[in-house]
Amino acid sequence: MSQRGGNDLLLEGVRRLGAVAIFLVQLLLESVPALSRPRLLVHQIYNAGARSLIIIMLSGLFVGMVLGLQAFNLLQRFGSEEALGTAAALGLLKELSPVITALLFAGRAGTALTSEIGLMRATDQLTAMEIMAVDPLRHVAAPRFLGGVVAMPLLTAIFSLIGLYGAQLIGVQLMGVDKGVFWSQMQGSVGLRDVTEGMVKSVVFGIACSLIAVHEGYHAEPTAAGVGLATTRTVVASSVITLLLDYVLTAAFL
Amino acid sequence: MVVDVRGLHYAVGGRPIFAGLDVQVRRGRITAIMGPSGTGKTTLLKLITAQIPADRGEVSVFGEDLAALGRRGIYALRKRLGMLFQNGALLTDLDVFENVAFPVREHTDLPEALIYKLVLTKLQAVGLRGAAGLMPGELSGGMARRVALARAIVMDPELLIYDEPFVGLDPISLGVILRLIKHMNEALGITSIVVSHDVHQLATIAHDSYLLSGGRVAAAGPPAQLRARRASDSAAVRQFMTGSEDGPVAFHYPAPDYAAQLFAAEE
Repeated sequence: MSQRGGNDLLLEGVRRLGAVAIFLVQLLLESVPALSRPRLLVHQIYNAGARSLIIIMLSGLFVGMVLGLQAFNLLQRFGSEEALGTAAALGLLKELSPVITALLFAGRAGTALTSEIGLMRATDQLTAMEIMAVDPLRHVAAPRFLGGVVAMPLLTAIFSLIGLYGAQLIGVQLMGVDKGVFWSQMQGSVGLRDVTEGMVKSVVFGIACSLIAVHEGYHAEPTAAGVGLATTRTVVASSVITLLLDYVLTAAFL
Repeated sequence: MVVDVRGLHYAVGGRPIFAGLDVQVRRGRITAIMGPSGTGKTTLLKLITAQIPADRGEVSVFGEDLAALGRRGIYALRKRLGMLFQNGALLTDLDVFENVAFPVREHTDLPEALIYKLVLTKLQAVGLRGAAGLMPGELSGGMARRVALARAIVMDPELLIYDEPFVGLDPISLGVILRLIKHMNEALGITSIVVSHDVHQLATIAHDSYLLSGGRVAAAGPPAQLRARRASDSAAVRQFMTGSEDGPVAFHYPAPDYAAQLFAAEE
């Protein structure tokens, strides 16, 4: 009995994964014509990106400050405080910035996307578009997906920048690490490959989080409870997938 | 014939909604689809607009069998019809003007000056030219439905479908909507399908009417005729036309014996 229950669960999982994969292919196909409407796309980049700026910048500053404090404390035990710049940069660029940005994106922009599309479904707006011979996948889903994919690497870069400033603020201004050493160590030991790793991660997270948010909204049950459930699923699924993909990508880059 | 439904069968989760339905909508006329709640009136609209496929039978619109049309064909066909949703279904991130302009921008390359004039003309027709700058959230229910009507006619459709256009309107808005439906039909020659359970309002505008019951057409003909020949009709038709509580459609949902259930709770 439990064996059968397990099989059903597995089948359901595979079925859902398949549905999301098909949806991704449809989105990518519709993304090409969506690119010909830059106004819609720019609006969505603004929605997903610019409107997340404050939370990303604030979080970046605090994460950088904590990183500066912890790393300084750890490095001091081995007498190598001058490596603080390198530690902060590598930690931020390769791991913390892409992962935390993706988690914040899921909570801020992802939920907004899901609930907006879900409510459009619940209030017949998507059906109305279909009756007007306008494909909602092309007009609603694809620009929002692309907007998220473009916004994520930009937000990640901003997070890294502010995070480094935060680490410098604590390490150099408060703890007294030499400013020149802080920046020159960083410059000497952080390579393009490290930056690329973070950027590749942010693009992959951007695709995953935007896909989940748009998919959940587009297929939400058209009720208040249905939209609420879809929004919750967006946050949970995006967070878990982000952390899983982070491991896979980190292993791939080693 | 604009819409021709023949021998339509449709079931949801094994429960039959339509079992051999026949409905014909003639060009240039207002056809009313009536019936108590849950008889599948809205489902019929979904079938006519190709949102869902029929299980069996044929649905033809403008002489084309919907089952034989691909996605492109269905979209091409939809460009020839307009639909007014119960709640208006206006796009909430666009203002009134942009809502009405939406189908024009999507399907044509008209210059901005022409779109401006076209949209204002349609808004003037529904009496809301002055509300062009408002957002959908700022409109009353009746106004939202009129904007949706302007949007539905902006591409000059041959067929207009109204889904429960009278629900929840005050007497003034109701009068306005009734007048507009009649006007669209008479002045523009648009064939109209009006789905509603409001027998009295429909009787004032519809040329033909169908009363659905039990998945089939229970009665058909001009609304006045339907009301007049009550005596010869089935109990279901009589109950619907007179709004009686007693009849085949029971007031009480099936339940165990009332007294037995009350006393069982005490024990």
